[in-house]
Amino acid sequence: MASEPQGGLTEYISHHLHFLQSTHDGDFWSVHIDSITVSLVLGVLFSLWFWLKARKATAGVPGKGQAFVELVLEFVDGQVKDVFHGDRRILGPLALTVFVWVFLMNAMDLLPVDLLPWITQKFGVEHFRAVPTADLSLTFAMSLTVLALVIFYSFKAKGFGGYMHELFTAPFGSSPFLWIPNFLLNLVELLSKPVSLAMRLFGNMYAGELVFMLIAGLFSAGSWALYGMGIIGYTVWGLFHILIISIQAFIFMVLTVVYISMAHDHH
Amino acid sequence: MDINATLIGEMLSFAILIWFSVQFIWPHINKAIEERQLKIAEGLDAAERARAELRDADSKVAAEIKVARQQAAEIIDRAQQQANQILDKARGDAIAEINRLKASAQDDIASMAQRAREELREKVGALAVQGATKIVQREIDPAAHKALLDQLATEI
Repeated sequence: MASEPQGGLTEYISHHLHFLQSTHDGDFWSVHIDSITVSLVLGVLFSLWFWLKARKATAGVPGKGQAFVELVLEFVDGQVKDVFHGDRRILGPLALTVFVWVFLMNAMDLLPVDLLPWITQKFGVEHFRAVPTADLSLTFAMSLTVLALVIFYSFKAKGFGGYMHELFTAPFGSSPFLWIPNFLLNLVELLSKPVSLAMRLFGNMYAGELVFMLIAGLFSAGSWALYGMGIIGYTVWGLFHILIISIQAFIFMVLTVVYISMAHDHH
Repeated sequence: MDINATLIGEMLSFAILIWFSVQFIWPHINKAIEERQLKIAEGLDAAERARAELRDADSKVAAEIKVARQQAAEIIDRAQQQANQILDKARGDAIAEINRLKASAQDDIASMAQRAREELREKVGALAVQGATKIVQREIDPAAHKALLDQLATEI
């Protein structure tokens, strides 16, 4: 393991930033098994948890578990209601899923950075990254799904002709000379959405993970003073990170809702 | 990789993080949950109370209607009794009046018959005296024969 003295900090970090891949680096089919596993486990966990609570939901006084789920649901529904003034039967659950799932995946960042790799190593797996949202593949997967939904709802709300008309005539005007500039601008606007969504979440989580690793470097620095500073730093960054993971999950949810609700607007 | 100082340090930090969450983050969430539970419980209580009150009011109304019906029945009974009493009294009065009138009429009849009888008797007396005078052709002293005449009159 790279945290041992002979490897040094650089090797420690580069080791930790290595995904568990199905084939070697650079290959298109090198699937990040760790990201997929953790995100699937958390997704199933979230689904089971909320499904069980929803199934046992009563109209009477809720238990604490049900009340908690209701609080989360009400919070998300309130956010969606503020942004989107239409039928929330699809957008509401979508926002809830995005929020809780992203939050849970972000929360993996709070686990000790060596914990999951240490456990997987017992089973002979050398590399394991615990935070799926620090994987650009996963954040782009989510944001491209959002893009697909944006395009789908644009067609649904405006019709094929209406959406095409909007793409080619807004924002500059309907003169044929402006069709190409209009379309190019709209294309940039459309594509910037998934890029900003994915990069924001990835950047925050990746940087957070990296700072955890840098602080963890203090543990193997070889002095008790630095070791104490490491514990303090790791804790403080962890506390700060609680805020970051919540805010990033919230932003991802709100922007998803905003983008999809914008797809319903007519220009 | 065996357990090394790095993992132990991270676990210590993680423990502090968990302690912090339990101490400072969870209470807020718990409070929100408990407030929600309380609000729902109060709402349900209020609804239950309102329902119970409605039920009470309904049964009270029913009871009052029953009492009112009873009172009405009593009043009708009493009125009928009074009417009967009045009728009885009127009947009694009427009978008494009839009896009185009958009695006075009988008295009148009796006294008129008596008077008629006496007049008749006097007239018969006078006729008897006139007859006797014509028979005897002389004046009979009414005073001397008064006793005789009275006796005659009573005998008629």
